[in-house]
Amino acid sequence: MGNEEGYYKMEKTALYDFHKNLGAKFVPFAGYEMPIQYKEGIVKEHISTRQSAGFFDVSHMGQLYISGNNSAEKSLEKIIPLDFKEIKTNQSKYSFLINEKGGVIDDIIITRVEGGFNIILNAACKDNDIKEIAKCLNSESKYELKKDFSLIALQGPKSENILETIVQGVKQLKFMNGDYFKFQGQVIYITRSGYTGEDGFEISVQNKNVENFIKLLSSNGTKPIGLGARDTLRLEAGLCLYGHELNQDISPVQANLKWAISKRRRKEGGFNGWENIKNDLQNGVSKIRVGIKPSGRIIAREGTKIFSSSGEEIGIVTSGTFGPSVNAPVAMGYILSKFSEINNKILLEVRGKKHDAVISKLPFYKKSYVK
Amino acid sequence: MSEKKYSKKHEWIALNGETATVGISKHATEMLGDIVFVELPEKGKGLNKEEKAAVVESTKAASDVYTPVSGEILETNQPIIDDPSNVNKDPENNGWFFKIKIKDKSELDSLMSQTDYEKFVKDNPN
Repeated sequence: MGNEEGYYKMEKTALYDFHKNLGAKFVPFAGYEMPIQYKEGIVKEHISTRQSAGFFDVSHMGQLYISGNNSAEKSLEKIIPLDFKEIKTNQSKYSFLINEKGGVIDDIIITRVEGGFNIILNAACKDNDIKEIAKCLNSESKYELKKDFSLIALQGPKSENILETIVQGVKQLKFMNGDYFKFQGQVIYITRSGYTGEDGFEISVQNKNVENFIKLLSSNGTKPIGLGARDTLRLEAGLCLYGHELNQDISPVQANLKWAISKRRRKEGGFNGWENIKNDLQNGVSKIRVGIKPSGRIIAREGTKIFSSSGEEIGIVTSGTFGPSVNAPVAMGYILSKFSEINNKILLEVRGKKHDAVISKLPFYKKSYVK
Repeated sequence: MSEKKYSKKHEWIALNGETATVGISKHATEMLGDIVFVELPEKGKGLNKEEKAAVVESTKAASDVYTPVSGEILETNQPIIDDPSNVNKDPENNGWFFKIKIKDKSELDSLMSQTDYEKFVKDNPN
């Protein structure tokens, strides 16, 4: 079998050999060779994350540091629709980089740290993100992609107790807050956050120490989790994945994520694409992101067409799989707003046949974040 | 039942008189991962050799299952519809997909023996 990606040089994270030794199956993802699953498989990895804890190597994501407080804030407010005055030191926020049309360049987590900001960028978007951010910044701000740091997500209800035995003090962190800690004499940064619908942490640790760190997690009974389970976990939690629910032509309002635009910014604007977003906010959107629950076990994958009960084509599925914790198929997609009411009956066309489904509230799986 | 035979598309078939039982190989289930959905053909349906007969889905993707011989579908395995993980648990016995009334036994000649299939899998790991 041919593999077109094989002609390009794939990047590897610092943990590549570690994953390989654990029997990981690799897939090309955003230019990286990433583990999609380990020996136990996606369903077991998913369940053990929800019931206990699991760790994910997400070092393919970009870790961008921007220095400069006041000047950087003003610049970043052009491209990120947050009220930077509201963000306290060590506080994290979910938001977007917005383009001129009000579409999403990327969805991000930004954290204010001493003297600047850390921004976590999606792997496939990071090079372009940096160009877009650099365009906004003035000469006082410097930026740096921290390539010598790995990023590990530890997710699941037992994360707190497990991580506390390795890094004392993490128990004190509140959800969407971070701080500096020490690991083997080196300064690391940890936020209480994640993308699975579970309590958890994201740990930014030096490449040279990441394997030691992971081995400590493993010896505490934490299992490695691949990108396959990361996708089923985030989908059950109703969270968007860039390139599926989000892209340059979708506005945060269409994505049903207007909460990630700060209140003041929703009134005052002053960021890229404001005219379009203002229009979306004031007049509503013609299509909107919804949760979809197919009846039975039928799985509606990305690209599945959505029809009204009278047969009119009204939307498209952007992500769909079987949710191991809800024990049923789950999907998200975009649908004409007038059909978006919860429990509204729709039809999904899978392999030429139309199947019943309903619009579902999100998340499919209830979160258990520590506030 | 006679010896199992295998297709290049990773189906197995076991002949029993004029009928045969068809499923997917253990190797196929390992490649697919956790199976979460199965769609089986309707009883009485006539299918030609290598025609699409069933669908299996893992959490990752959907894959087609083909019939290795021509014939008429006699019976399908309801327990794998009710709980698709039964395919992963025992792919080459209880995880069978359908029983088919064989039209032309000579179609079995082009299929592989278990030894040949194991070699085929080794040479074509994906």
